[in-house]
Amino acid sequence: MAYNFKEVMNRPDRLASGHRMCAGCGAPIAVRAVLKAIKPEDHAVICSATCCLEVSTCMYPYTSWKDSFIHSAFENAGATICGVEAAHRSLAAQGKAPQNYKFLAFGGDGGTYDIGFQSLSGAMERNQDMVYVCYDNGAYMNTGIQRSSATPKYADTTTSATGKASAGKQQNRKDLTEIIAAHHVPYAAQTTFIGNLKDLYEKAEKAIYTPGAAFLNVMAPCPRGWRYETEDIMEICKMAVETCYWPLYEVENDVWKINYEPKNKRPIEDFLKTQGRFKHLFKKGNEELIAEIQRDVDARWELLLKKAK
Amino acid sequence: MNNLPINPLSCATEGAGGPTGTWRSHRPVIDPAKCTGCLLCWIWCPEGVIAKEDRSINYDYCKGCGLCAKECPAHAITMIKEADHE
Repeated sequence: MAYNFKEVMNRPDRLASGHRMCAGCGAPIAVRAVLKAIKPEDHAVICSATCCLEVSTCMYPYTSWKDSFIHSAFENAGATICGVEAAHRSLAAQGKAPQNYKFLAFGGDGGTYDIGFQSLSGAMERNQDMVYVCYDNGAYMNTGIQRSSATPKYADTTTSATGKASAGKQQNRKDLTEIIAAHHVPYAAQTTFIGNLKDLYEKAEKAIYTPGAAFLNVMAPCPRGWRYETEDIMEICKMAVETCYWPLYEVENDVWKINYEPKNKRPIEDFLKTQGRFKHLFKKGNEELIAEIQRDVDARWELLLKKAK
Repeated sequence: MNNLPINPLSCATEGAGGPTGTWRSHRPVIDPAKCTGCLLCWIWCPEGVIAKEDRSINYDYCKGCGLCAKECPAHAITMIKEADHE
């Protein structure tokens, strides 16, 4: 399972260039890296919930996906890929289909945390051999940056606007990876883009080649919604990990493991100040809001440390 | 893209979203003398337009996000304004 960058390099891209994702979008970085983890000799069936990724990669009659692709509705990507997996299991048992197929579903945070949650939860509970990859960009970016349950507290979105009466989203961010881990699936992990994408690749490989249901939550920044310059994406991901806002961890058969513990945990301001959606927090009088975010991050990190011990 | 055969099956094609390179305001230019061939730009590129063999960039689809230029450890990539390019 070791990450051999040279070997990975020789694997063909399974997502063709010239798709319509925005410049500097995090989602195609996640997709390219996850699909690289599929062995070249294996086939894949990919299902995508309605999301940025779906609308920009399969405009009828064109597609950017070199593997079989099914577009499903917002609320049922988990159910759709399970159906395909069940059909394939039957056909393979009858000798009518080759064995080496892998089943993946991609969804944004809106289609995963909110609308598709029940079908995802069902899929995880049935423990069929599939992987659900959520690329979490923290809001409904496709329809114009509306807040979702993955939007962090006090972030500015078009439906949790900032102004005199409100300082962005007032509610907490849902912790989906922990919710999925509570389904006691064989594998659940959380990652983002760090260094040469070793962490993302290794987790994708484990998720794909672990029998049973697996879940991968990939933080994929969105330059439009998070309001930063397109080239800053790697810096933001790094800060998310260094501040423990987005810890890298995995849960394998109910064993929690933190993959990276920062030596010097950075203050949350280092993450917040990289993005325009938190700009209002740095105005005079809002110091308490930042302190509150810091307390939340610290508390969640402490809880995670306890679980991983 | 207009030359694609009419087919009941949709085959994966480059440029499914059209010539997305036209979105670009700045183009990345690689200095081969400085490039060490670490290929980090290749794995990071959201478009997958950097060729791993010779690090040439497919400008038909590069959207000019600048991620490669910002992160290149050897600083071998510079972003040049499209208007200033030839």
